[in-house]
Amino acid sequence: MTLLSATDLHKAFGPTPALAGAGLTVDAGEIVAIMGPSGSGKSTLLHCLAGILTPDAGSVHYRGVDLGSLPDGKRSELRRTEFGFVFQFGQLVPELSCVENVALPLRLAGVKRRDAESRATDWLEKLEVADVAAKRPGETSGGQGQRVAVARALVTAPKVIFADEPTGALDSLNGERVMTLFLAAARATSAAVVLVTHEPRVAAYADREVVVRDGRSRLVEHAG
Amino acid sequence: MSLGHALLGLLERGPGHGYDLKKAYDDQFGQDRPLHYGQVYTTLSRLLRNGLVQEAGVESGSGPDRKRYAITDAGVTDVENWLGTPEKPEPYLQNTLYTKVVLALLSGREAADVLDTQRAAHLNAMRELTRRKTDGDLADKLICDYALFHLEADLRWLELTTARLDELAKQVGR
Repeated sequence: MTLLSATDLHKAFGPTPALAGAGLTVDAGEIVAIMGPSGSGKSTLLHCLAGILTPDAGSVHYRGVDLGSLPDGKRSELRRTEFGFVFQFGQLVPELSCVENVALPLRLAGVKRRDAESRATDWLEKLEVADVAAKRPGETSGGQGQRVAVARALVTAPKVIFADEPTGALDSLNGERVMTLFLAAARATSAAVVLVTHEPRVAAYADREVVVRDGRSRLVEHAG
Repeated sequence: MSLGHALLGLLERGPGHGYDLKKAYDDQFGQDRPLHYGQVYTTLSRLLRNGLVQEAGVESGSGPDRKRYAITDAGVTDVENWLGTPEKPEPYLQNTLYTKVVLALLSGREAADVLDTQRAAHLNAMRELTRRKTDGDLADKLICDYALFHLEADLRWLELTTARLDELAKQVGR
């Protein structure tokens, strides 16, 4: 079942075109890697898919609904309830403890503190970082911080998780732990993952890959 | 891969028969290709001739070879040297791939397609290894990691070459 689809996306920043006809579909529960060189438009594509950026032309449909037709408020709500996000770094609130960070999306959705923090703790346990629950993000290692960020992305049980270079700042071993735990959790909850990466070893965790080059996505044939 | 060094390394744990060595080797390294007895005995007799192992008694009983072998001091030094010396980095596919890319450019075909096809095959292999690694034990992980890093290196070359195709086309066309 197609969950998310983008058709003929165009987006320019000033005179510089970032997307020039990119398209992509994502099925429910599927893990898709978006690859491509720096400046190829892969992050812009992710931001358009997630409704963070509005394309100049072309459309993005989520469960059959055109994101461009939604008012801003509805689109924000969709991002908060149906989507999860993991970035390379700088996504956790430094003044809050890790468990408070993970609980934050639930708190914003009106869940009571006790309940939110209990669910957050469950996710920290699944990501094997329960020991840093009371610490602030600045007191954790890079790998722990990313796993906290993954827990926060998963806590609302999103249908799609957008991850932009989630292991970009980590060494091989920590990157592997983040990817293994992240994708095991995503598969366990049947969440789809759109993963932007320039690292082949990270892309190899996905079910398939889409290559973006010069703002266009190239569909690459491969034998299963 | 040097079988002699592998057997010497296994003998460092203590003396053993040819059969013990074959079994230990197969357990550690022989998942895909178990050793033949012939290989073990040929290698042991060479190690014996070179003074890297010595006989450590013969057991009574039937069977083709009841000799026990022990590593000598020279054998230990040999293993140490082997472990301390890096393997020669071997070229893998780049000669073939370079030839294909240049031929594609020369014949006016899409060289990017050649590279993309190769890239997809590489990523497929990497996905397969990643699955094996995720399901496997530590030995599987280490073996798969090694293959993954090598394939990744090839893939980086494919990407860089893709980025340099215009430049290469000019040079090839001259």
